[in-house]
Amino acid sequence: MSRRCRMLRVFLLVLAVAGIVAGAMSGEVRIVVTKAVNVCLECIGIG
Amino acid sequence: MFQAAAAVGQNSWLAGFLHGRIWRGASKAVCVPGLNCYSCPGAWGSCPVGSLQAVLNRSADRISLYVAGLIGLFGILLGRLVCGWLCPFGLVQELLYRIRSRKAHIGPTRLRYVKYAVLAVLVVAMPLLVRDRYGVGDPWFCKLICPAGTLEAALPLLALNESLRSSAGWLFAWKAVVLAATMASSVVVYRPFCRFACPLGAVYGLFNKVSFVQLACDRTACIHCGRCAAVCRMGVDPSVRPADPECVRCGDCTSVCPAHALTLGLPARKPAAGRPL
Repeated sequence: MSRRCRMLRVFLLVLAVAGIVAGAMSGEVRIVVTKAVNVCLECIGIG
Repeated sequence: MFQAAAAVGQNSWLAGFLHGRIWRGASKAVCVPGLNCYSCPGAWGSCPVGSLQAVLNRSADRISLYVAGLIGLFGILLGRLVCGWLCPFGLVQELLYRIRSRKAHIGPTRLRYVKYAVLAVLVVAMPLLVRDRYGVGDPWFCKLICPAGTLEAALPLLALNESLRSSAGWLFAWKAVVLAATMASSVVVYRPFCRFACPLGAVYGLFNKVSFVQLACDRTACIHCGRCAAVCRMGVDPSVRPADPECVRCGDCTSVCPAHALTLGLPARKPAAGRPL
């Protein structure tokens, strides 16, 4: 694997972790939890 | 076996199946790597595709960093290994394909691009752009297509809950048709939903080339016998394109390679010249 590809891999890993942290800090986790702890009516074909 | 353990582990809240309820604990804040409906009565975690749409649906939070970051993290670490080893709906299709019947071996086809259209239109564009008068959108992929939601959530919840059952209408009927078509075709075609329709597989496939876990082919050892391509049910030739976006890293090709040229795992770094091995 080329050095460029390895660097891209590490960059994407850092980007993903940064996205998780930034999203968690902006309150996105609350939206995910709110959706996930209630029955998703669309998922079961009712909503 | 590993895939079955992963599927059971992700959906092991038995009380949900007994009482027709879903888990409401804090673990629902975390997305699981595969397509696993968060309304499955046994599910401990959230579905990444459903969660992504849920965030995009909200007018105040149009860019999803948390869910996209989690999907990206799974992708960069594992690529489509998630599809081959961790996805419960992949396991369902795998088991259905084991039913004895005449099989249709489909090679590389343009149908594989359908999943990218599903991702772009139903998972991203429509939840972002189509909204009701209150500014809230729908999770269109979950609503119109997702057969995993119908199988894992709708069937058990409707079976156990009279009020939900009485509310089922044309939308449930449509989703049941999609599920039935997916399951019937899975008996004849290997993983048709993974290959042609799954938006999560589409994303993870893009990571196959750069993910930490790699299927690697040692071209100096390869004897070009063609056994790996013949055994691959995803229509990939691993000796030519080991990082193909369609490869779910099941490992079948590594076990049939007589020259041991194919390896699945973390690629070993080559020792620098002059350093002892």
